[in-house]
Amino acid sequence: MSGSYFSAIFGKSPVRPLQEHMEKILACVRELTPFTTAVLACDREAMLIHHRNIVKMENEADALKKELRMRLPSTLFMPIDRRDVLEVLTMQDMVAGSVRDVAGLIVGREMQIPAPMAKYYKKLIKRSIDACQQAFDSINELDELIETGFGKVERKLVGRLLMKLDVIEQDTDAIQVKLRSELFKLEDELHPVNVMFLYKVIESTGTIGDRAQRVGSRLQLMLAR
Amino acid sequence: MEFSLWYLGLAAAFGLFMAWGIGANDVANAMATSVGSKALTIKQAILVAAVFEFAGAFLAGGQVTTTIRKGIIDASKVENNPELLIFGMLAALLAAAVWLLIASRKGWPVSTTHSIVGAIVGFAVVGIGVDAVYWSKVGTIAASWVVSPLLSGFLAFFIFMSVQKLILGTKDPLKNARKYVPFYIFAVGFILALVTMLKGLTHIGLDLSYFQSLLIAVVSGLITMSIGVFAIRRIKIDPNQNASFRFTNVEKIFGILMVFTACGMAFAHGSNDVANAVGPVAAIVSIVKTGVVAQKSSLATWILLLGATGIVLGLATYGWRVMRTVGKKITELTPSRGFAAELAAATTVVIASGTGLPVSTTHTLVGAVLGVGIARGIGAINLRVVRNIMLSWIITLPAGGILAILFFFLFKGMFYNGPVV
Repeated sequence: MSGSYFSAIFGKSPVRPLQEHMEKILACVRELTPFTTAVLACDREAMLIHHRNIVKMENEADALKKELRMRLPSTLFMPIDRRDVLEVLTMQDMVAGSVRDVAGLIVGREMQIPAPMAKYYKKLIKRSIDACQQAFDSINELDELIETGFGKVERKLVGRLLMKLDVIEQDTDAIQVKLRSELFKLEDELHPVNVMFLYKVIESTGTIGDRAQRVGSRLQLMLAR
Repeated sequence: MEFSLWYLGLAAAFGLFMAWGIGANDVANAMATSVGSKALTIKQAILVAAVFEFAGAFLAGGQVTTTIRKGIIDASKVENNPELLIFGMLAALLAAAVWLLIASRKGWPVSTTHSIVGAIVGFAVVGIGVDAVYWSKVGTIAASWVVSPLLSGFLAFFIFMSVQKLILGTKDPLKNARKYVPFYIFAVGFILALVTMLKGLTHIGLDLSYFQSLLIAVVSGLITMSIGVFAIRRIKIDPNQNASFRFTNVEKIFGILMVFTACGMAFAHGSNDVANAVGPVAAIVSIVKTGVVAQKSSLATWILLLGATGIVLGLATYGWRVMRTVGKKITELTPSRGFAAELAAATTVVIASGTGLPVSTTHTLVGAVLGVGIARGIGAINLRVVRNIMLSWIITLPAGGILAILFFFLFKGMFYNGPVV
């Protein structure tokens, strides 16, 4: 059909797909709450169900990631740098990777969280989810940023969101320190291999917040340009 | 002249055919941004296009028509054989129309302006002689093809930057949209009226001084503005707008603005592109009527009417379908960007129309879209497609030219019995 060449100059913006991807990641991270509850209750069946959900959502997010990558040829002219979009996408993807690692480790080794650590571990999960929610809220502002042409008011708003993300991430760091010291106190009572892997679980869980924060850092770079 | 009636009949038929082609294919590009951003429904877009294409063609189409008619070829070179010019203009019309049809069928980017200018230059060089072409004028026209997208790009950039500063980037975009959008609407009415008054209306018996024109332009700007203010007041603001995108209400106000820029775009397109169809017709008519190559005769009003009618016919029979297709594919453009692009492009094209320069509306619009893009306003622009559209005229020129040469010798073989040149 004639005239169609004109409409072809409008490419598909990567913003909405990027937001949809993060939404999926967030759903995946949220699954950690019931998963952890099941772990702490030693409910193996529920644990497996939530683990399966996590893997499923991680795969779905992976499909979204590949689709977006395919749709982003270098001839697109965008208000945001193509490399930044791909970086944000990779970071979001890595958040889900951390979630899968944590769940996989716990399920695979049939691990239990020692009772004195439970309170802090639940807190760590909650704050990690908060961090992801905050990262999602920030990414959700991308369409508003573009709508306002990266206007000052909107940039400040996103800046505030990102600052809060940093605070949450620092929170998760503090909780990790607390968890490690609790674990250190228990070291003599536990099997050494279990201790090793509990440290590993703490570390992996901690990376969720780190990576959520790095989603934000990339977004910050987009603002700076 | 022996075949006078034939010539007139053919000229009118080809001119109508070409105008039909413009209405069927070209108008869609001019209106697509409005349809795509949902500022207008397809029905409204057709109505706006019909009314304002007609008005633009009839009221402000004279200058460019004059350029096409007698600005490209030095007619004194064919004083003894005025029929050669008739064959040439017929050939140029048919060539441009045929090329437009072929390219449109194939989905190639094509500019009617480039094909008609290429066709006229083509037949003139081969059929009459290299020195029959006003090369300096052709050079100016070619330069305007580079300048017009650049100018509209700059304009779009600054218009959109002003929208960011005054409305979108502020604390209360909705309030500021209500406050400032009427001024943009004023600009639409003012610019269109001013250019039309300054350059257009002598052929319908209106001869105004500069000051009178300015006054009328201000008044029509104010009238447009008050219509706009009325329309904005009637907008229903949804307090529970979509939480994930907070600018829905603001965009509604820009939607009103875009109705006006769409009118402007259609007007501008009509004023510039009608000449591609009726410029050659006007040349033929004046030769047939006077029997000589008259460089002074004025433009007959009925010729502009013919072109305007042809465009609307093309729109009604076929163009609306193209418009729907193109509009559906533009989904990522919001009214706040679409209006900036349209206002910039319409202003540029109307200025070109007033100056008598045939420019490509599509190219100008593409330049404007890029301008908004450079101001970080558009989600994604496909640069490969932009390049293809911009480069299309390099192919269109020789294509129009070669076809015109073929048709020229065809007509010459059919009708010519004068002295051999």
